[in-house]
Amino acid sequence: MTSDAQFEARIAAGDFIEANDWMPDRYRNTLLRQISQHAHSEIVGMLPEGNWITRAPSLKRKAILLSKVQDEGGHGLYLYGAAETLGTSRDDMIQALHNGTAKYSSIFNYPTITWADVGTIGWLVDGAAIMNQVPLCRCSYAPYARAMVRICREESTHQRQGFESLLVMMRQGTDAQRSMVQDAVDRWWWPSIMMFGPPDDESPNSAQSMRWGIKRFSNDDLRQRFIDATVDQAALLGVTLPDRDLVWNHERGHYDFGPIDWAEFHRVVGGDGPCNEERLAARVAAWDEGAWVREAALSYASKHPAQQVSP
Amino acid sequence: MTSSEWPLWEVFVRSKAGLDHKHCGSLHATDARMAVHMARDVYTRRQEGTSIWVVRSVDIVASDPVDKDSLFDPAVDKVYRHPSFYELPPSVEHM
Repeated sequence: MTSDAQFEARIAAGDFIEANDWMPDRYRNTLLRQISQHAHSEIVGMLPEGNWITRAPSLKRKAILLSKVQDEGGHGLYLYGAAETLGTSRDDMIQALHNGTAKYSSIFNYPTITWADVGTIGWLVDGAAIMNQVPLCRCSYAPYARAMVRICREESTHQRQGFESLLVMMRQGTDAQRSMVQDAVDRWWWPSIMMFGPPDDESPNSAQSMRWGIKRFSNDDLRQRFIDATVDQAALLGVTLPDRDLVWNHERGHYDFGPIDWAEFHRVVGGDGPCNEERLAARVAAWDEGAWVREAALSYASKHPAQQVSP
Repeated sequence: MTSSEWPLWEVFVRSKAGLDHKHCGSLHATDARMAVHMARDVYTRRQEGTSIWVVRSVDIVASDPVDKDSLFDPAVDKVYRHPSFYELPPSVEHM
């Protein structure tokens, strides 16, 4: 049997692939692209919410937001670690982010203009991310799957804190606060359901990823599941989802929904979203301004080679 | 872009007293002390651990997946190594 055939047989048998196992180059490259872009999304995703840490309305909300943003940083690190097992380096991945050859999730190119955006990101953006990520816990590439198990455990906290924050404003807040929540939902709803990616018939790599057990469900299936799960939550919250075509379809057993503006999606992916330049500039500045710290730490370590940890 | 990347470390966490340390991932750090501090921040934010080991990734020696058959297959036909191989009368069932 050729290596290729052996590999395909392992995948067909539901085997997990570990870092040092033989794998086809295309499998490796597909994973490298997906995991590194996922890592970049976590890191860039710290920026929109980080915007509100100093302006959170209470010490409690500030502590929650701070720990959430720290989690996102942690998720980025688990994922960079998983990608490095495939033979790339951290510096190469960061360079690819900074020079624009690697993408990150388009959702983070939208601005967070009110406090309600923070709660809405938790509810909708993290909610959509969870829907995407839970199946990745069974991804055929084991280091990625293991990182995802850890991430999903933490994302649940993120979604719940967001929903709870919105619920407090809707139930105990003023009219102005309630309309602030509705405004945030109006702005984030469509970008959130675009997070599942292009429709299946325009997603050329999906079929191969599904055959390889990297992806378990199609973009459209996951999007539908998210919408079905979210409608009741919106009703509970007392907000209206900004889609007049959103209606239960008895025959399908799912909610129907209106047309998605894919031109906007491609525009934002292509670099022309509201915050693309700002986000990337913030990442590059953080990297450049931290250079002296990285160098100083290396220099210190080289002068204290046998340093032991004190118990 | 600096070319001097910090060394890679593997992180092992003991979740509670009495259990083994278990591999949970990797991170970059310049020395052992920094690796322990960062492992604490990255891998134990929710009380996942009571003890951390870190080891430089380059210092880990692993078996080669190519040798899997020659290393592990010889055990396949040695069923007599397992207690279930021995059929005993029901009265000593719990032996």
